[in-house]
Amino acid sequence: VELCELTYSELERGLAAREFSSRELVCSTLDRVESVETEIRAFISVRDRSDLLAEADRADVARAAGERGALLGVPVAVKDNISTRGLTTTCGSRILADYVPPFDATAVSRLRSAGAIVVGKTNLDEFGMGSSNESSAFGPTRNPWDTGRVPGGSSGGSAAAVASGEVPLALGTDTGGSVRQPASLCGVVGVKPTYGRVSRYGLVAFASSLDQIGPLSRDVAGAGALLATIAGHDAMDATSAASAPPVSVAIREDLAGVRVGVPEECEGDGLDPEVRKSVLAAIEQMTELGATVERISLPHLKYGIPAYYLIADAEASSNLARYDGVRFGLREQGGGDARSMTEATRSAGFGAEVKRRIMLGTYALSAGYYDEFYMKAQRVRTLIAEDFSAAFRRYDLLVGPTSPTTAFPTGERLNDPVAMYLSDVFTVPASLAGVAAMSMPCGFSEGGLPIGLQLMAERFRESEMLSAAACLEQVLGQTKVRPGIRPEGTS
Amino acid sequence: MDLSRAERESLWEDMNGILGFFDSLSEVPTDGVEPAFSVLTGRDVFRPDDRATMLTREEALANAPDRHEGYFRVPSFMPEE
Repeated sequence: VELCELTYSELERGLAAREFSSRELVCSTLDRVESVETEIRAFISVRDRSDLLAEADRADVARAAGERGALLGVPVAVKDNISTRGLTTTCGSRILADYVPPFDATAVSRLRSAGAIVVGKTNLDEFGMGSSNESSAFGPTRNPWDTGRVPGGSSGGSAAAVASGEVPLALGTDTGGSVRQPASLCGVVGVKPTYGRVSRYGLVAFASSLDQIGPLSRDVAGAGALLATIAGHDAMDATSAASAPPVSVAIREDLAGVRVGVPEECEGDGLDPEVRKSVLAAIEQMTELGATVERISLPHLKYGIPAYYLIADAEASSNLARYDGVRFGLREQGGGDARSMTEATRSAGFGAEVKRRIMLGTYALSAGYYDEFYMKAQRVRTLIAEDFSAAFRRYDLLVGPTSPTTAFPTGERLNDPVAMYLSDVFTVPASLAGVAAMSMPCGFSEGGLPIGLQLMAERFRESEMLSAAACLEQVLGQTKVRPGIRPEGTS
Repeated sequence: MDLSRAERESLWEDMNGILGFFDSLSEVPTDGVEPAFSVLTGRDVFRPDDRATMLTREEALANAPDRHEGYFRVPSFMPEE
């Protein structure tokens, strides 16, 4: 087994026992990047080998001197909408193609302080707006399980980088499912933390009331370690929680005493029978591990998609007003005056999906439609949050499928926005309610494509959620499986 | 933004489809339901009004498409006749 194929748990033990060095690990990572990247295209940029090896050497020296740390000398990829000082941060957009942030996002500065090695920046749907990575201005990332299919989105680059063994860990961002859905489609673990768990400082804003940075990993322990490192209050983000229980993954032998609710709304139209079967089998495993499982109803979940897209796009239309060609990013001259310059810049700089979202968001906020669309969506958001509150009075976890389907063929939903939006039908409710949620691999389709199980927990109950997931992972045994890179159209 | 004729036509079709799909919201009774502008239950957050080290002028201007003597420079706001 190559070092780059080890799960986080395995490589953390190996580093601690000095079985191999961080330098060897980084070399293995870079070799893997070199061998698969032309097929996968998970990265927008990869840092210089010499810089990475220098950081690895520093980590090895620190470890030899007795320093310990969960991420010391561990390679991590960072989604390209998270600011990195001195490294381009494009957001997958032409408008920021050459933007080099003068500061680190808090999540990134916490990674660096922990001795983690930021390998490079991963591809994404432009500004996080998409569920397939196809809206990136830099071309789509491909799914490592079948390169003719999408990796999901918007953190498709991070998910594919982890699934293909390019890195053991990556940061993604999740606004309505952008960590969980690609994690599901690529067969890895992905966590959307509670809103407020991780500072958003330096995360380029898409929808500020929904955005969260979250970890991706080939095992639950890695997701837990990465989340624990980046979590916590930050004076630079007023929405980060001032006090929250710390994140840790407990070893538990069974799920005795865990109360699990299965929302019947997660079995609606559009759910692939193979996904349904695999998810129900995983839920059966939870029962065998001692959890009490009951079917429940969260009646407003089915309105999640319209409520989410109206709110997210309204916020996006406001957040994206900053790209005016003045302070950073692209500038097109236009007709010579300032207004024409801004128009020309935005027209040339944004892709089709971003323009669609700005138009939709602006429409939802416009006089005459504000009450009908935006306010209505916000009221429905309250009802969805209340559904969750009621459910979490009786259950510790809610479980169901992460995505209604496995990875779909590249191009299939590109010209059908509603079909693309429905990819997020099971993930948007937890985002609207601000609760903790994650996806973990639970099986494969007959064609060999990964299937993801979604777990959702009350706000700031990540530790309970991750501990239950780690227990279930022992039974499902997914981390042992490695994706081989398969040529297009062989599944 | 300015949209080309082709973009307008494509958006027209997309927006009709999307907004039609979103019509399902109208069936939800929401009388008396407060809008959830935020999932945070906390109060406003304050901090002391202290000086802090922020970006230097050079850092703040480093990404500017055009600059002049320490300022961002933009084209004239009045179209030339």
